[in-house]
Amino acid sequence: MVDKQQPLPAFNVIGLTRQYGEGAAAVHALQGLDLQIPASTLVVLLGPSGSGKSTLLNIMGGLDHASSGECWFFDQALHQFSEKALTQYRRQNVGFVFQFYNLMPSLTARENVELVTEIADSPMAADEALALVGLDHRLDHFPAQLSGGEQQRVAIARAIAKNPTLLLCDEPTGALDSATGRTVLKVLQQVNQQLGTTVLIVTHAAATAEMADRVIHFADGKIREVIENSAPVSAEQIVW
Amino acid sequence: MLSPLDKKLFRDLWRVKGQAIAIMLVIASGVTLMVMMDGMVNSLTDTRDTYYERYRLAEVFAPVKRAPAHMVDRVADLDGVLVAEGRINAAGQINLPRIDVPVRMQAVSLPEHRQPDLNAVYLSAGRHLQANQRDEVLLLESFAREHELTPGDRMTVTMNGARHQFHIVGLAQSPEFLYTTPPGELVPDEARFAVVWMNQKALAAVFDLDGAVNEILLRTSRDVSVTGTIIELDRLLNPYGGLGAYSLDDHLSNRFIVDEINSLRVSSRTVPPVFLGVAAFLLYIVISRMVQVEREQIGLLKAFGYSNVEIGGHYFKFVVLIAAGGALLGCLMGVWLGHSLSGFYQLYYKFPFLVFSVDPSAFVIGFVSSVAAASAASLLVLRRAFNLPAAEAMRPPAPPDYSASLQIPKPVSAWLDQPSRMMLRSVLRQPARAMLATLGIAAGMSLSVAMLSVMSAFDRTISLSFDVIDRSDVTVTFIEPLGSSATFSLQSLDGVFKVEPFRAVSVLMRNGVHDYRGSITALSENPALYRAVDVSMQAIDLPTEGIVLSRSLAEQLAILPGQWLTIEIREGRRPVIEVPVISIADTLLGSPAFMSIETLNRLLKEPGRVSGAYLSIDQQQSQRLYRQLKDMPAVAGVTLREESRSAIREVMDTGAGAMRFIMTAIAAVISFGVVYNTARISFAERARDLASLRVLGLSRSETGFVLLGELALIALLALPVGCLLGYFLTSLIAEAFSTDLYRIPMAFVPASYGLAMLAVVVAAVVSGILLQRDIHRLDLVTALKIRE
Repeated sequence: MVDKQQPLPAFNVIGLTRQYGEGAAAVHALQGLDLQIPASTLVVLLGPSGSGKSTLLNIMGGLDHASSGECWFFDQALHQFSEKALTQYRRQNVGFVFQFYNLMPSLTARENVELVTEIADSPMAADEALALVGLDHRLDHFPAQLSGGEQQRVAIARAIAKNPTLLLCDEPTGALDSATGRTVLKVLQQVNQQLGTTVLIVTHAAATAEMADRVIHFADGKIREVIENSAPVSAEQIVW
Repeated sequence: MLSPLDKKLFRDLWRVKGQAIAIMLVIASGVTLMVMMDGMVNSLTDTRDTYYERYRLAEVFAPVKRAPAHMVDRVADLDGVLVAEGRINAAGQINLPRIDVPVRMQAVSLPEHRQPDLNAVYLSAGRHLQANQRDEVLLLESFAREHELTPGDRMTVTMNGARHQFHIVGLAQSPEFLYTTPPGELVPDEARFAVVWMNQKALAAVFDLDGAVNEILLRTSRDVSVTGTIIELDRLLNPYGGLGAYSLDDHLSNRFIVDEINSLRVSSRTVPPVFLGVAAFLLYIVISRMVQVEREQIGLLKAFGYSNVEIGGHYFKFVVLIAAGGALLGCLMGVWLGHSLSGFYQLYYKFPFLVFSVDPSAFVIGFVSSVAAASAASLLVLRRAFNLPAAEAMRPPAPPDYSASLQIPKPVSAWLDQPSRMMLRSVLRQPARAMLATLGIAAGMSLSVAMLSVMSAFDRTISLSFDVIDRSDVTVTFIEPLGSSATFSLQSLDGVFKVEPFRAVSVLMRNGVHDYRGSITALSENPALYRAVDVSMQAIDLPTEGIVLSRSLAEQLAILPGQWLTIEIREGRRPVIEVPVISIADTLLGSPAFMSIETLNRLLKEPGRVSGAYLSIDQQQSQRLYRQLKDMPAVAGVTLREESRSAIREVMDTGAGAMRFIMTAIAAVISFGVVYNTARISFAERARDLASLRVLGLSRSETGFVLLGELALIALLALPVGCLLGYFLTSLIAEAFSTDLYRIPMAFVPASYGLAMLAVVVAAVVSGILLQRDIHRLDLVTALKIRE
C-alpha cells in the first residue's frame, strides 16, 4: 500500500483547526496544526486535558470534521469526505480502542470481534485476533464475565481483526491498573511491530511515551513539540 | 425560589418531553372518555328527568279500543293514582305532494280549553291550538324540519279512510316522542314518521270516538306498585277493549334513551381503565429508565444526606406532573367533546334543551385515578432506588450480564449475524420487560381490534337485516288485517313481481311471572322476500305448530323449547292462546317471535287474514306504484327497504355509535404512544452501543437495524397477543353495546384484525423513522465519552 520509493506519510495534516461553538463562546480545540505521521509507526500523543489531542484523534479517525485545513490519509482527503465516505473509511481502515472498551454487552468476546470481521474486506479470523491478545481461552464469555483488562484486550482484538491500516487508541489504559495497563500496551506494540499497523495512542500517562517511535506533546490546541524516539523500549519495561 | 431538585425536575421533564407528551396523551385519552361519557350520562339523565317532569310525562299508558270519557275519572279514583288523563291516539297517513310514498303519522289529541294534565307538549314555533278549531294541528318539529313545513302551511292527512285538510299552527316536541319509529319498525326516521296534535273533539269526530277516549294516561303515587296498578287497570278496562296497560319502562321512546344512557355508562366504566393501565405501564418504563441512568446521581444525593423520602418525592413529582397534566388535558378535552356531542344528542333525541354538565366528581375521579395509576407504576421503580446503597450507586454499573439470561439456541445462532444476535439477546435478557412492552402494544391494538370489530359487527347487523332477512323492495302495511283478496289486489298492480303476505299481531306473552309486550310475526311457508334467519344466516324453519322465539326474548321470558307459552292477543276477538315453544333463534334485531301464518290464523280463527305484504317490484315503475299504493285507503304505510337501511345506518353511526369512531381514533393514539415510547427507551439505553457501532464502521442502516429490529420484533410479537386480547375485548364491548333493540354479534372479522395490525405496523414504522433521525444525529464523540 505504501510506495517504498516515495513513501507517503500515513497522515499529512496541514493548517488543521477545529472550533466548537460560535462567537465569544467559541472553543478553539485545534489552532492550526501541521503534522506528518509516517506509516507503521507507533505514536503517542501527550498533553493535559483539553489540549486537543483527542480532537485530533477523532478527526483522524473520521469521527469528526475539521473546521478548516487539510487532513490527508495517504492520498485520501479526509477533510473533503462526506458522512457516508467517512463511514466507509472507518470500516476499511481504522480500528478504535476506547478508554471504556465500548464492548457490546450482549455479544460474547468472539462475537464482539465478529461484529467487525463481518463487515471488513479482508479480516483475520476472530479467534486469531483474540489469540493475538491472549484471550483464546475466553472466546465465549460475555463482557460481564471478563475483567477490565480482558475487556480492553477484546476491544483491541476487535480493532485489529479487520487488519486496519490505522489503530487509534483513546486512553486505552485509563480505566486499568498499571499491571493490566502494561499488558494492553504490550498488545498494541505487538500489533504495530508484527502487522505494521500505524498506532496512535492518546494518553495522560507520560511513561507510555517510552515505547513510542514518536511522541507529540500538545498544549492549548497546538503542538508544543515532537520528539523522535530512536530506541523505543518494550511495553513490559514501562513503569508508572 | 425553586429548589435545585425542582429545577432538575423541570429540566428532566423538558429532556423527555416527547415521551412525556405521549404518556400525557394516553392518560388524557382515558380521562377524556371518562369525563365525556360520564358528563353525557349525567346530562342525558338530568335533561330527561327535567323534561319528563316539566312536561308531566305519564308513568302508565293504557290503550283501549274505546272507553267512555267517564272511565278516566274511574281510573283516577283507583288506589294510588295521582292524575289520569284520557286522550285519543290514532294512526293515519300524511300525503305530501312531493313524496310518492305515504308517510305514516300518529295523531294525538289535546284537551280543549286547558293544558293537558299529562304529556304536555313543548311549542318550539307558532302557537297552541285554539279551542273549537277543527282544522288546526301542531306538527312534530323534527318532521316539519325534514320536509320544510312551517306554521301557516297546509297538509292533507288520511285518517280512518278519509282525507282531511289541516292547517299547521305550530311546531311541537314532547317527552313521549324523543325517539320516534314508524309502528312495527325499530329505527327512527325523522322524514318518514310524523306526530300531529289536534283538538280532542276534532280527532274524536274523525274516529267516531265522541265522548270516548282510546288511551288513558296516569301517574301514580310512590307508595303503590306500578305493577299492581297495571293489573287493576287492565281489569277495569278489559270490558272496553283494553289492550294492556304498560309502564314507562316499556315505552319504546323511553326504553331507547335508557338503553343509550346505560350503554354510555358501561363504556365509561370499562374503556378508560384500559387507557390508564397502558399509561401506568409507560410511566413505569420511563421512570425505571431514569432511575437506572441516574443511579450515580441518586447515590450522590444520598451521600449528601438526602433522605429516601426526599429522593422518592423528586421522582414522584415527576410522575404526578405528567399524570396531572394528562388528566387536566383530558378534562378539558372531555368537556369540549361533550359540548360538541351534546348538540348532536339534543337534535337526535329531540330534546328542547340539553345542557352538557359534568359532575365535579368525574373530574376528581379522573384526576385521582390517573395519578393513582401512574404512582402505582412508579412506586415499583422507586423501591429499587431506595434500596440502592449510596456507595454502590456511585460506582459505575458493570456491563449488563448476558451470560445468565436466556441463550439463543445454537442452531438458530449459527445463521445469525452479530447485529441480529445483539437484538435478540437484548430481548431475551429482559424477557419481563419485552413482555410488558409486547403487552402494552397489544393492549392498544386490542382496543383497535375491538372497536373495528364492533363497527363491522354493526355493518353485519345491517347487511344481515337488509340483504339476508329482508329482501323485499317494499313492505306494505294495512290499516287493519284484510282477507286474502288484499294479497291478490297487490299482485295485480303494475310493476309488482312478487307478493308475500304476513300477519303481525301485537301480543302480551306470559310465562309465569315473566311477561313481554311485543308482537308475533307470522310468515308464509317457505318465504323468499322476508325470512326469519338465525345468526348463522340459516333460514329458520317455521313449524306448523307452536312458536319460534328469539334468544333475547326467550331469556326475558325465562322459557325453554318444549315449554308452553301463554299469549294474549291484543287484536280482534283478543283470544288467549297456549302454544309450545319449538325452538330458539339467534337474531340480531329486536326480540322477535315467529309463527307460520296458517298456524296463527288458525289459532285466531281468522283464516286467510293478512296485516300486510312484502313486495318485490320493478324499479322502473316504482313511482307509479307508490302513487297507486298511496291512493289505496286500506294501506297504512309503505316502507322502502333502502330507506330503512339508511335510517338504521344513521342510528348506528350517531350517538353511542359516534363514540366508536372517537374510541378507534384514541386506540390508534395509544398504539402509537406505546410503540414510540418503547422505541425511545431502547434508543436511550443503547445510545452508547449504537454510537460504538457507528465508530466501528457500521453504517447508519446497519446500526438502525440493531435498535429497530428489536422494536420490530416486539411489535411482531404484539400482533398475535393483540389479536387474542382484541377477541376478548370485542366480546365484552359487543355485549355492552347490545341493547334490547339490536344485538351486536360477536363475530371474528379478519379485516378488523388486519387493520389493527396494520396500525401497529404503521406506528412502528413511523417510530422507526423518527428514531432513525436520532440515530443520524447521534454524536459519535460525545456518546463515547459518556459512561453509563
